[in-house]
Amino acid sequence: MTATIKLTVNGKAVVLKVDDPSMPLLYALRDQLGLHGMHFGCGLAQCGACTVHYYGEALRSCVMPVSAVADAEIVTLEGLGTAEKPHPVQQAFIDEQAAQCGYCINGMIMQAAAFLATTKRPTEDQIRQALAGNLCKCGTHVRILRAVMRAAEKMA
Amino acid sequence: MVTFAIASHAIDADAATQPVDKSVSPDEVGGFISIDARGQVTIYSGKVELGTGAVTAIAQIAAEELCVALDRVTMIQGDTQLTPNQGPTYASLTIQDGGMQIRRAAATARNALLQRAADKLKVAKDTLTARDGVVTSRTGGDKLSYPQLIGEQQLAMKIDPAATLKDPKDYTIVGTSVPRRDIPAKIFGTFNFVQDHKLPGMLHARVVHPAGVRSTLQSFDDTACRKIKGYVRAVRKGNLLAVVATNEWAAITASKAIVASWSDWTGLPVESQLYEYVRSSKVDRNEVLQTAGDTAAGFKQGKRTLQATYDFAMQTHGSIGPSCAVADFKDGRLTVWTPSQASHLLQVQLATMLSLKPENVRCIFVEGAGCYGRNGADDCTSEAAVIAREIGKPVRLQWMRQDEHGWDPKGPPVVLDYRASIDDQGQITAWESDMFMPEQPFKRSGVTLLAAVLAGLPKMPLPGSATPHSGLGIPYALPNNKLTVHWLLDTPLPSAWIRAPGNTQNTFGNETFLDEIAAATGVDPFEIRVRHLKDSRGLEVLERLRALAKWEPRGSRPRDAGAIARGRGVTYSKYESVRTYVAVVADVTVDRTTGRIKVDRVFVVHDCGQIINPDGLRNQIEGNVVQTVSRSVVEKVTFNRSAVTSLNWGSYPILTFPNVPEVVIDLIDRPNEVPWGVGEPTTSLIPSAIANAVYDATGVWVRSVPFRPAQVLAVLKLSKPG
Repeated sequence: MTATIKLTVNGKAVVLKVDDPSMPLLYALRDQLGLHGMHFGCGLAQCGACTVHYYGEALRSCVMPVSAVADAEIVTLEGLGTAEKPHPVQQAFIDEQAAQCGYCINGMIMQAAAFLATTKRPTEDQIRQALAGNLCKCGTHVRILRAVMRAAEKMA
Repeated sequence: MVTFAIASHAIDADAATQPVDKSVSPDEVGGFISIDARGQVTIYSGKVELGTGAVTAIAQIAAEELCVALDRVTMIQGDTQLTPNQGPTYASLTIQDGGMQIRRAAATARNALLQRAADKLKVAKDTLTARDGVVTSRTGGDKLSYPQLIGEQQLAMKIDPAATLKDPKDYTIVGTSVPRRDIPAKIFGTFNFVQDHKLPGMLHARVVHPAGVRSTLQSFDDTACRKIKGYVRAVRKGNLLAVVATNEWAAITASKAIVASWSDWTGLPVESQLYEYVRSSKVDRNEVLQTAGDTAAGFKQGKRTLQATYDFAMQTHGSIGPSCAVADFKDGRLTVWTPSQASHLLQVQLATMLSLKPENVRCIFVEGAGCYGRNGADDCTSEAAVIAREIGKPVRLQWMRQDEHGWDPKGPPVVLDYRASIDDQGQITAWESDMFMPEQPFKRSGVTLLAAVLAGLPKMPLPGSATPHSGLGIPYALPNNKLTVHWLLDTPLPSAWIRAPGNTQNTFGNETFLDEIAAATGVDPFEIRVRHLKDSRGLEVLERLRALAKWEPRGSRPRDAGAIARGRGVTYSKYESVRTYVAVVADVTVDRTTGRIKVDRVFVVHDCGQIINPDGLRNQIEGNVVQTVSRSVVEKVTFNRSAVTSLNWGSYPILTFPNVPEVVIDLIDRPNEVPWGVGEPTTSLIPSAIANAVYDATGVWVRSVPFRPAQVLAVLKLSKPG
């Protein structure tokens, strides 16, 4: 049974036709809307590569049924900022060259941006805790921490 | 012969628009370089970007040697139709070998262009200089741009291996921290990973891997799949089972709905007896890889013998993005878009598997998630190729998390035995080590494609004769020393190389055992290394580390008595005995009540000769450290008698942010030396640095990687009297 689901994605109203309402949001964003900032990493909400913002909060899109976020405001990495108008967290990641393969970086940026939106002047330990559920296998963590600290100063 | 083809493209060049008749010879300038009518330069690199920044570094090398601005350089990577075969992107050879091939190609081209300018201007070549793609006379006057010099008369030449290279004192690009060219797109979500690659009319596939490693498929039933909108069909080829759908979610749903019946297979060893299994595995042959003096005589000279055994766990590459490939089989020709580290090797492997001529297989590299060696990329690509041929339509196959954790070729388990003899003066009179590791992949360096195994298709033979495995052994001058490797015919799971393969295990044993001797003879760990090292660059690295870490001789402070014990350990290596020097100090905290090890800080001093990009190098060293702390204290593949059971990040945990150490780095730059590899050397030092620090903290040795709490508690308990 095809369902119609309305969403706001990166500030634009979209209407999705989905065959399976239990399909995770990730596939609607990637395969139907052609966005690919977020990625499939585990499908289990264990790694964070799929993270998007749901009303400004970090959400693992790989496990959230698209029907459960109907009418919601979703922002993806593409909507957070652009090369012309980067979000402070994105700018800080570039300034610190905080990526290796970059597959996890979407999650790192989206998680950090959501965290810094509500936590001003965090300590490094607070940032480490905020990112504890985001995995990186290249070992880019020390740069990511520097980047988030840098963004935190800008956003304070 | 090098041809300067006229090409036109932006930074994100589309391989499909590239000339099909260009040279791919690694002996010709035109294999690697083209300069178009606007002076835009394209570099065709057989080595690829695996997340290490190597392709930015190669662009720097090329721009520097060609004397063009860096932003004029476009990089094409790992395309069997366009790039020379420079060997797989592995073994920390991307800059050292691949980059230097391109440096020589660029130097040949620059020298030829200067000569052309000299001929045209009727001046001596040495009065001319090249800058930003323009040749100018030092005395002023006429200028000629590269496109003007190339004109209609294409340069066609062999690479001159002795081409005069630019003097490093004139470098303006190499040696600087140029930002990585791929990072902005990755930060803004516009980067095209292979997982994002699309073709018109592309279908989506998922594989259903066997229940046991060598289970056979008895039957399957896809009745339930047919109710899924978008489901197309199942594909079965032997034991390779896949589902195909018009969209990704339908393919995933179908892969869960299909009912497959697999034969029972229980051929794996008992996990708790893994190292006994390794030790008792059939040996193909024993090989002495390092020898000095006479160890038997040395053991007679000594007064006491020390011995220890070390184990290194089976590990997965653990790429954050599961492997993915897009394949298209049309008119007897296969094209794959693959994150493989080895496009050219994969071309031959795929051709063999599908009984095609290699020229009818094109492998185009598209970046995937970091792989750290041969992860599932090639296997996933092989499965996509079989599925594409079966369905006759382009298909994208992405592995699910359990496929990557369960089916990527593993870093195999390794066992090491050490014996040493010490005389009355505390001198080491003999040192012997034995290493038990599988011949494949380390000696017969081949990994069979998974699809060929599952589908019963032809497999490319592994190298008939074994290749020499160089570089293992100790970096110290001991009078009587012998390393024997016992090449095993078998290892429990299909295996491949993970970052610093063999060297990580060997250095772990060497450097921990050396510390055991230091402790037994009351010598400071720094002193025992300095005492036995006869290499001035190595000694400089150690002395700079001593200062960086503010090392104080062991025993200068009492051991912490309470639950929390702090300690530090030092290790040293000359990678593969012939290149990059690294020394490391690790500071750890051990919780005696929980057995938990936390690595707080890691100091690294690093000498790889000429540094191409200091920030890129730091990024690599940080990555080596953090990733290998994870491998040292956390990571271990678990399995039952049939298959891998650590199939996700819950059952195969890795290091997370709260436990990531601080990393302090001191780089030694030697601009006039060759640039050696940096992707692996630091990795090899981390396990022993941690083990030695744990001893410093607690007085006990952890000898089995990973050093999980249960092991730490067990050795602490053993050490308590009574």
